[in-house]
Amino acid sequence: MTDQPTLASTPETGDPGASHGDSAFTPAFDHPLSPKERMTIDRSGMPEQDALLRAANFREVNLGYSQQLAMLEAERCLQCRNPVCIDGCPVRVNIPLFIERLRVGDMDGAAASLLDDNALPCVTGRVCPQEIQCEARCVRAKKGASVAIGSLERFVADWAMANPDRSKSAAATSSGRTVAVVGSGPAGLTAAGELVKKGHDVTVFEAFHAAGGVLIYGIPEFRLPKDIVQQEVDRLKASGVKIETNAIIGRTYTLRELRERFDAVFLAVGAGLPVFMNVPGENYKGVYSANEYLTRVNLMGAWNPESDTPVLKGHRVVVVGGGNVAVDSVRTAKRLGADEATIVYRRGKAELPARAEEVHHAEQEGIRFELQVAPLEVIGDENRWVSGIRCIRMELGEPDGSGRRRPIPIEGSEFVIDCEMVVVAIGTRSNPLLTASEPDLALNQAGYIVTDEHGMSSLPGVFAGGDIVRGAATVILAMGDGKRAAGSVDAWLRGEYPPVDEAFATVSAASTGH
Amino acid sequence: MHAVIDKAQLSPNVTRLVIEAPCIAEIRKPGQFVIVHRAPGAERIPLTIADADADRGTITLVIQAVGKSTEDLVALRPGDTIADVAGPLGKATELIDHGRAVCVGGGVGTAVVHPIALGLAARGVEVISVIGGRSKEWVIFEDELRRAGEVITCTDDGSYGRHGFVTDALRDVIEAGGVDAVYAVGPVPMMRAVAEVTRPYGVPTFASLNAIMLDGTGMCGGCRVAVGGKTLYACVDGPEFDAHQVDFRELADRLGTYREFEAHATEVAHRRRAAAQEDAADAVGGTCLIPGLATTTERQEAAAAAGDRRE
Repeated sequence: MTDQPTLASTPETGDPGASHGDSAFTPAFDHPLSPKERMTIDRSGMPEQDALLRAANFREVNLGYSQQLAMLEAERCLQCRNPVCIDGCPVRVNIPLFIERLRVGDMDGAAASLLDDNALPCVTGRVCPQEIQCEARCVRAKKGASVAIGSLERFVADWAMANPDRSKSAAATSSGRTVAVVGSGPAGLTAAGELVKKGHDVTVFEAFHAAGGVLIYGIPEFRLPKDIVQQEVDRLKASGVKIETNAIIGRTYTLRELRERFDAVFLAVGAGLPVFMNVPGENYKGVYSANEYLTRVNLMGAWNPESDTPVLKGHRVVVVGGGNVAVDSVRTAKRLGADEATIVYRRGKAELPARAEEVHHAEQEGIRFELQVAPLEVIGDENRWVSGIRCIRMELGEPDGSGRRRPIPIEGSEFVIDCEMVVVAIGTRSNPLLTASEPDLALNQAGYIVTDEHGMSSLPGVFAGGDIVRGAATVILAMGDGKRAAGSVDAWLRGEYPPVDEAFATVSAASTGH
Repeated sequence: MHAVIDKAQLSPNVTRLVIEAPCIAEIRKPGQFVIVHRAPGAERIPLTIADADADRGTITLVIQAVGKSTEDLVALRPGDTIADVAGPLGKATELIDHGRAVCVGGGVGTAVVHPIALGLAARGVEVISVIGGRSKEWVIFEDELRRAGEVITCTDDGSYGRHGFVTDALRDVIEAGGVDAVYAVGPVPMMRAVAEVTRPYGVPTFASLNAIMLDGTGMCGGCRVAVGGKTLYACVDGPEFDAHQVDFRELADRLGTYREFEAHATEVAHRRRAAAQEDAADAVGGTCLIPGLATTTERQEAAAAAGDRRE
C-alpha cells in the first residue's frame, strides 16, 4: 500500500444521515489521487451481520458502508473518460458523476444526481445483480476487483432518504395530462416517478392492499427491508404520484375504462402466475408456490408470530429452483426455524441464476445445495402431508438454447430427500386477468404483451413494460423498462411519438460533468 | 376505508355486515367475491358477496365466526371501518336462462347462493331453493330466498321445516323432474353429497369453492383445486366449477392445511426428537422446536365443523 494522503484527513463520521455540515466534507481533496494511486486501494467489503446470528433473524444482512468506507471506495473510481459502467446499467445511472460528488464529500450533489437517474436507488443499491451489469463493465474488474458501485449507490441513496430536505427536486409544471400506471412494482413505480417529474398527473393502480409489488411481497425483509420500500413509495407520493390500492384491472376496472379516463396507460402488471413442477403429489399439504410462501411471510408479515396470517414451518424444507426467488425462499425457511433448508436445482453452481452475493450469503447461513438434481415426485404421508421429494441426479450435456449446459437425467440415480415442506420456485408466467379482458391487446404465444421498440402496445396510447412484456426477469430490468416507457409516454402525450431520442441518449454526454 | 353501515346477527355464529363499497356494488355479479383485509396485520379473507345495493353503494357480506380473523370481523359495529376490500373477484356464475333450477344452501353458504337465486329468477328461471341448518335458529336467508321462488327448508333435528338433510329434499325435487341445473354452496361434504345426488340424473351441477387464497388474482396458487384431473385456481377459474368434476377430497384436505399444522408439526418434532435420542451419538439436536402458529385459518374450521354435522 502506498500512502493515502486523503484518508488521513477524512473526518470521522457516523452513519449516513448524521449531521453532516457542508463544511465537514469539502476540505480534503485539493490534491486528487493519481490513477496509479487509486489503483492501489483495495475494494472495501460490505459490512454484514454475522452469518449464524442472521440465519435466525429477519434483519437486513448487509449493514451498509460508513461514510468513511464509502469515500474510500469512491477513491477507487478512475473517472473513465468513456464510462462503460453506464452502459451496463438498465436505467443508465450516471455512475462516475455521483461517485465523484461522493468522493469530494458533496452529498447533496451526489444524491441529486443519483435520484435524477434512478427513481428507486435504495432498492437497486440492494437488489441489483451489479456483478453482471455496471460492475462487470468497470475497467477495474479487468485487473482485480471492480468499484463497489452497488454499495456506493446504496450509501448515497440511504443518505438521501435520511436527508429528504437536501435531496428534493423542484416540482415540475403541470402538463395537464393524465397517465394511469397499472401495477406498483419496480416498473410501475419507476415510470410513475419519471412521469411525475415531467409534469403529468399519474395514478398507480395496485391489486394488493399495499404498493410495491414484488419489492413488498416477494423480496424478503433481510434483503430489502419493507420500511425502505415504504419510504421509496412515500417519496413518490410526496412528489405527486397517486396510488389506488385494491384496484384489480380486469375486475375492479377494465382497461377500456382506464383508456377513457386517462390520456395514456402504462401496463406493468408483472408475470404474476406461479409455475408448478407438474409432478405427482404437488397438491399435498405442505407444497407452496414461492409466490404464496413469500407473500405470506413478507406482505402478510407471517415471519412475525403476532401476524394473523399463518405460514407452515418445516424442520426440513426443500426449495426447488435456483433463481433469486428460490434463494430468498430457502433463506426464509432457515430463518423460520428449518434445521435443514435445501435448494434443489437441476443445473450446476455456475448456472445458478441467483445473484452471486445471495448464493454466497446462503452458503454462509448453512443452506444446502443439491445441484444437478431434478424433482420427480412429491411424496405424501397417509394424511396427505408432504413427507419427502423424490429426485434424480443430472449430468450436464451440451449447451442448450439458453447457452447453459443442458441437464440430462442419470438413469438409476433416483433418491428421496425427506422433508415436511416443498417450495416451488421455478418461475412465473403471465397473468391473463388483465390481458384477457381486452381482446384487441396483442399478445405473444406465451401471453406476454407485444410492444413496439418504444414500449407501445397494439393499442394506441397503451404502453407496457417489465415482466408482462419480457417474462420473469429482474427488478432493475423492469425499472429500465419503466424509465424508457416514461419517455415514450411523455413523447406520446406531447404528440411527438415515436420519440426521436430515447430518454437516456443524453446521459453519456453529461457524464463527464462536475 | 370502507365503513360498516349495518350489522345483524343471523344465526348463533353467522353475522351479516353491510359495508360501503360503491365501485364493487355497481359492477359485481352473482357468484363473485371480495377479499377483505380488516386492518394492518389482519388476514386477507375471501368472502362471497351475498347482496349489493348499487344505489346506496353497499355490499352485503355474511360471515361465519369460527376463529380470530372472522371474530374480529364480526366484532365490527356500524361506523367502524374495514381497511381494504378488493374485488369483485372470480368469474360470475353461469346462469341458465330458462327452465328450472335448484339452489342448495348449507349453513353460511345459504347467503352465498342468494344472489345466484335472484339472478336466475330475474332471467325468468323457476327457482327452488333447498336450504338447511342444524336446527331452526341456524336457518338463514329464508325470507330473502323466497323472493326468488319456492323455498324448502330442512333441519337436521326436525325443529323446523323438513326433517333431514338438504340432499334428501334435493333428491325428491329432482325425482319430480324438470330440473335443468343445480347450484350448491355450503360445506365441502354437503357439496360433495349434492354432486353425488345429481350425478346419476345427469343434471348440470355447480359448486362454489371457498379455497385458501391470498390475493384472489391467480398469483399465489394456494387455491389450486383438481377439476376433471386438471389443476385450476378457484380465484380466477372459479369460484364455481362443475361439481361432478371437482376432487372434493383434495379440496377438503387442502382446506385443513392450517388447522392440522400445529398438531402435525408437534408430532413430527416429537418423532424426530425420539429418533435423535436413540441415535445417542449425536443426540444433542434439541433444535426441533417450532414456534406455535399465532392463529389458524378459520374458514376451513368452519367447513370442517359444518361437515361434521352434515354427514
